[in-house]
Amino acid sequence: MTALLEVKNLGISFGGLRAVDDFEVSIRKGQLYGLIGPNGAGKTTVFNLLTGVYQPNEGIIKLDGNDITGLKTIEINKAGIARTFQNIRLFKDLTVLDNVKVGLHNHYKYSTFEGILRLPRYFKMEKAMDERAMELLKVFELDGEANFLAANLPYGKQRKLEIARALATKPKLLLLDEPAAGMNPNETMELMDTIRFVRDNFDMTILLIEHDMKLVSGICEELTVLNFGRILAQGKTSEVLNDPQVITAYLGE
Amino acid sequence: MKKLNLSKNVKDNIITYGIVIVAYLIIQALISAGSLSSLIQGLLVPLCVYVILAVSLNLTVGILGELSLGHAGFMCVGAFTGAFFSRCMEDVITIAPVRFILALIIGAVCAGVIGFLIGMPVLRLRGDYLAIVTLAFGEIIKNVVNVLYIGKDSKGFHFSMKDSISLGLETDGDVIINGAQGITGTPKDSNFTIGVILIIITLFIVLNLIHSRDGRAIMSIRDNLIAAESIGINITRYKLMAFSISAALAGVAGVLYSHNLNSLMATPKNFGYNMSIMILVFVVLGGIGNIRGSMIAAVVLTLLPELLRGLNNYRMLIYAIVLIVMMLFNWSPKLIELRKRFSIKRMIGKSKEV
Amino acid sequence: MSFISYLINGISLGSVYAIIALGYTMVYGIAKMLNFAHGDVIMVGGFTIFFAVSMQGLPPALGILLAIILCTVLGITIEYIAYRPLRQAASSLAVLITAIGVSYLLQNLALLIFGANTKAFTSVVNVPAIKLADGQINISGETIVTIISCIVIMIGLTLFVNKTKAGQAMLAVSEDKGAAQLMGINVNATISLTFAIGSALAAIAGMLLCSAYPSLTPYTGSMPGIKAFVAAVFGGIGSIPGALIGGIVLGIIEILSKAYISSQMADAIVFMVLIIVLLVKPTGILGKKIQEKV
Repeated sequence: MTALLEVKNLGISFGGLRAVDDFEVSIRKGQLYGLIGPNGAGKTTVFNLLTGVYQPNEGIIKLDGNDITGLKTIEINKAGIARTFQNIRLFKDLTVLDNVKVGLHNHYKYSTFEGILRLPRYFKMEKAMDERAMELLKVFELDGEANFLAANLPYGKQRKLEIARALATKPKLLLLDEPAAGMNPNETMELMDTIRFVRDNFDMTILLIEHDMKLVSGICEELTVLNFGRILAQGKTSEVLNDPQVITAYLGE
Repeated sequence: MKKLNLSKNVKDNIITYGIVIVAYLIIQALISAGSLSSLIQGLLVPLCVYVILAVSLNLTVGILGELSLGHAGFMCVGAFTGAFFSRCMEDVITIAPVRFILALIIGAVCAGVIGFLIGMPVLRLRGDYLAIVTLAFGEIIKNVVNVLYIGKDSKGFHFSMKDSISLGLETDGDVIINGAQGITGTPKDSNFTIGVILIIITLFIVLNLIHSRDGRAIMSIRDNLIAAESIGINITRYKLMAFSISAALAGVAGVLYSHNLNSLMATPKNFGYNMSIMILVFVVLGGIGNIRGSMIAAVVLTLLPELLRGLNNYRMLIYAIVLIVMMLFNWSPKLIELRKRFSIKRMIGKSKEV
Repeated sequence: MSFISYLINGISLGSVYAIIALGYTMVYGIAKMLNFAHGDVIMVGGFTIFFAVSMQGLPPALGILLAIILCTVLGITIEYIAYRPLRQAASSLAVLITAIGVSYLLQNLALLIFGANTKAFTSVVNVPAIKLADGQINISGETIVTIISCIVIMIGLTLFVNKTKAGQAMLAVSEDKGAAQLMGINVNATISLTFAIGSALAAIAGMLLCSAYPSLTPYTGSMPGIKAFVAAVFGGIGSIPGALIGGIVLGIIEILSKAYISSQMADAIVFMVLIIVLLVKPTGILGKKIQEKV
């Protein structure tokens, strides 16, 4: 079984600070994988390294067998990684529908010329984009708000829209940065169902950062625990969560 | 839902075009009835110029979300290249509309290319830095035009950056661009009708661009650069696209402007940063990102002081105060809060989303 | 020999730019805004001195004092009325455009009060010129005063920022407003103080500029203002030594290009240097790199 995402010996320093050191992970296709750890452990930094926001000082990142180390964010997205952000980053002044349609940008093409002159291809492609975007919005029960400005959505729905937008880019691997942050227990339960649904119906592999242990133990099959930028534990969820080292890191001495 | 969205855009656009056409018809009726003073008639072409400038700058400021203070510089490029072409070709191409269309294309392409060349390095900078660099570029373009001498004789074109004598023209030679004296004798190929047609073309380009795949990409960069990058939007490409189209349209405005004048000079007043700021004022007062608004603001702010001649001394003062008050009113978080609390919608108990 | 004269003139002009650039740089460092109206405060300073000394016949020292007081008050007022309400605004363009509005307002007020005619400014500097190298190099009194003022201001400001409580508060606010507030620093007062200092310096710059180039119009301040901003950006905005370096370098480039290349192209050359510097080092010579957190 080859891994979809294969990371070896990944590391980065900021100034003198070793933010991530010797990070390794191997995620199989279709897996729901969790990345946990105390605040400041370097989880988001790992995401930023995987998506090309930061360039690693050393290490190799392979997606589906292709080396994507050192590529730019745009190229990494085209290679098949999409993500959401810890602090939601939507296109606030665009409609919910348009947010998803921007995600479809690289899959439904027509030229600037065709767009300005409104040639037949424009109408054909726009129609296809609308349909595809509405399909995605339906999955997240956002179809009713398609024409709202993204900024006017309630918090929970904004998080969902971010996932829908990421999915629109047809990724192989989806990175979710604290998808349940700020949600109440009911919303979190619902989100767990949605994440499973996405995995099953979109044939998706998902790597997520989360603090909500209920969500993590509920849906993640395997975990990696980071502490001070290094891997503290790695393996099956139930085993990792019972590891005394992990408990110490979370609860303190 | 989807249908509603489309028709809303279309409806909006129809209103915008409708306003232009109705305004044109009214003015034509007034002219034929003889009830427009020659002063106002003389303002009609400049009015079209300002509208095109305002709409095109809104593409950079409102849609791309980058502040440019050098828009007059691109207008200057269009004005001089277009006028230069017409002046050279006056005897060769005698059909005025053909000559003018060619001049327009040349002016737009030159301004667009300069915009592209400037944008390529400069659009990496952010916010305030970009503003100051575009301002600098506008000033450089103006300065360069002022020391440029180009003449033509039987041997072809002659260039100089010193004075017209160093061109070394033959006795029958013709100085086309004469440094600070600029270009004189450009054929007067533009008129109000052409101006309005150009406004409609500008609107067509800008509005259709906004409501297309490329437009969405441009606006996504404005709203959140990092997110746009994360979903595979090529930031550089779309920034450059918006910036160069904006510059090319300013070039069109410049060609229109120069073919309305017998003598074209680059002064601080017409191509300096004060002009750039004035265009920015149109955009801001009309509503950043609101194409129709910037168009209306350009017309009202150009006509108002002329209609209220007595206020002319206070014109710029009033501009300044209105600009400050509008910015405070529209952007101050406290005032926005206050406005929401006392908004009419709320008072009549209707709250609408979006 | 003439090269040395030009160089000295360049340093003198650059010193004025540096003093103006300080105002930009301090305000930018603390309020993170480009105070477009700063150049026009210079013009207000110039007109105040002109009004007091040339029209009312007051002694120059009193005129300068008046200008400093007026500009200081003006700076604080502008910040309070026009900029403070927009400090938390969603778009950083908002406050920049407002600043452009304030700049227009000041120019047009001056236009209404004093008219568009160029006023002949009588130099308020009363220092004899120095002749060097057998009279081949002539250093005017204005030049001497300008360079000395610049040095004194630089030393004074550096000491103020590093040695006084208020100066330390300014540093803290420029690092992190929220944290500074939590530490008990009055952020609003600190920002007001910054505008006060910047505007007082603008008054001094106005006096020096008008003494060296004795013509005064409502637009006198705008070009030097823009060039001083260029100097601030050039040196690395937010940095006090950067303003000094940027100002001097820019002044020298301007005077030398006027002398050896073309007086009409001097401004274009200055701007081109700015652009090249920014492209090579987008934060200026001594600027710090700021990266958005993802």
